[in-house]
Amino acid sequence: MASHVTPPKTAGTYARRGLVVVYLFLLVAWPVGLVVQKTFDGGLENLQAAFSDPDVVFALQLTVYVAVWAVVINTVFGVGISLLLVRQEFPGKNLLSAFIDLPLSVSPVVVGLALLLAYGGSNGVFGPALEDAGLQIAYATPGIILATAFVSLPLVIREIVPVLQEVGAEQEQAARSLGAGSWQTFRRITLPSIKWALLYGVVLSLARALGEFGAVKIISGNVVGQTQTATLIVEQKYQDFEQGAAYATSFLLALIAVAALVVVTFLRPEESPDGD
Amino acid sequence: MGIEIAGITKKFGDFVALEDIDLSIPSGQLTALLGPSGGGKSTLLRIIAGLESSDSGSVVIEGNDATRLPAQKRNVGFVFQHYAAFKHLSVRRNIAFGLEIRKRPKNEIKAKVDELLELVHLTQWADRLPSQLSGGQRQRMALARALAIEPTVLLLDEPFGALDAKVRKELRDWLRRLHDEVHVTTVFVTHDQEEALEVADSLVVINEGRIEQVGTPDDLYDKPASDFVLSFLGPVTTLGDKLIRPHDIDISRYEQAATAVGTITRWTRVGFEIRLEVTPEDVLHPEPVQVVVTRAEATALDLHEGDRVWLRPQVGADQVAGH
Repeated sequence: MASHVTPPKTAGTYARRGLVVVYLFLLVAWPVGLVVQKTFDGGLENLQAAFSDPDVVFALQLTVYVAVWAVVINTVFGVGISLLLVRQEFPGKNLLSAFIDLPLSVSPVVVGLALLLAYGGSNGVFGPALEDAGLQIAYATPGIILATAFVSLPLVIREIVPVLQEVGAEQEQAARSLGAGSWQTFRRITLPSIKWALLYGVVLSLARALGEFGAVKIISGNVVGQTQTATLIVEQKYQDFEQGAAYATSFLLALIAVAALVVVTFLRPEESPDGD
Repeated sequence: MGIEIAGITKKFGDFVALEDIDLSIPSGQLTALLGPSGGGKSTLLRIIAGLESSDSGSVVIEGNDATRLPAQKRNVGFVFQHYAAFKHLSVRRNIAFGLEIRKRPKNEIKAKVDELLELVHLTQWADRLPSQLSGGQRQRMALARALAIEPTVLLLDEPFGALDAKVRKELRDWLRRLHDEVHVTTVFVTHDQEEALEVADSLVVINEGRIEQVGTPDDLYDKPASDFVLSFLGPVTTLGDKLIRPHDIDISRYEQAATAVGTITRWTRVGFEIRLEVTPEDVLHPEPVQVVVTRAEATALDLHEGDRVWLRPQVGADQVAGH
């Protein structure tokens, strides 16, 4: 790694730093801080109330369940698609690459609506057939998982692809020539070189999955105690003038996401010197 | 036996990398594929290894048809220009990789790896990571890793290309000695004619997807089949209407039967040799002729810049008709 050259600090340096800090404070730190402050306004009262409300507890459990499944699906497909994009040549590759960013650019509400049209139980394209087979997707947990996986699909891929490109195919080819099959090559050579990017992608996906609102609101039907996730209950409680519960649930959602990011930041080793 | 290549053709889009290559590489020898960059030599090596597929043709390695075998079933040792070290594994684990894949017993792996570490002089570095090694050490590790699987053939793709001149020289002497000990059929790709001439038992000159000539270093140097081979194997200059090596020109300050007469217009000393440029007086061949003499010769002949000199081919010099 190139050694960092430290230019002399001028007034401009401090002005730029100050600007960034103020911007981040006004946009992120202060509003989030207010949520925390409101949560603990009455000591632990809000949190205790939230935990004794079965609807809130159910919503949090459902959210974690959905997020874990969405992350598992995205990890498997994310690694697969990344390998396809970086290591294979095929017609339409650029199109596929652009298509993968679609979930980031399309509004989640549109995603929810689109999934409803495809998998809706009464008039969706696949919905009735699947429902006959005993699998309800729309207004049920599978639909919520689908919507959550959809919106967080690019996060794993966008983390892994640049690392795969940088590492190159030579180590994998060397492993092949030494007798390793595809799975052995993946497990022994590819996976160790992308593990940090993968972990980071997983955490971003998890954070995104916990916080998904728009797509989930449409596909889930927002049924209390059945398909209502944590973000949906925050909105409902807030509108029902149960602000305490809304703040407490928001705080918990933020806490999980921040904790995940912090853990990864500390786990991730210093970029190892390359030496090439 | 050895490696038999028949009718190999490879295209990348419109670009023809290899065109109908037939080649037989003898067992137990050190063969160099020599040619300019982009000439197709690396592609041919990768096709032999199974890292690249050919559009047509066949590859037979020691009697086994390998044309459709995937790389991992060919038992070929491959060494890459940029080492392809497994960065997350220690030197020892890198070398052991092929044996671990083959599920050899632990003590057998350890014994074999120790032996190879000794062979490539990396015993004291066994527990380091590749990033803690120098380029030359990493390439020796890559060689040991390839040799660990006791490959049928050892293929090296510009193995010393990324190293500095001094290490490159050491490593190629070392490769030559190693080959004399191990005797595995070895093919290496290089664009450095000196490296090829010095190390290889036989040379295959490849240019623009075709084989220009196959032979021993002496054959190629002394009896180049084409203009291209002559100029690729060393410097050439035009004397009269023939191509000739600059050190094969007889130069004199005194009038003699000569192919060209001219004036020394440039004088460059590089170490022990002196490179001269003589501009002929002949209006039909006005391009300067390059002549190389040793410093001792220049002193003995009393040459100086600006002298009028007579040039002719030395007795026994190789010449090829120019354009």
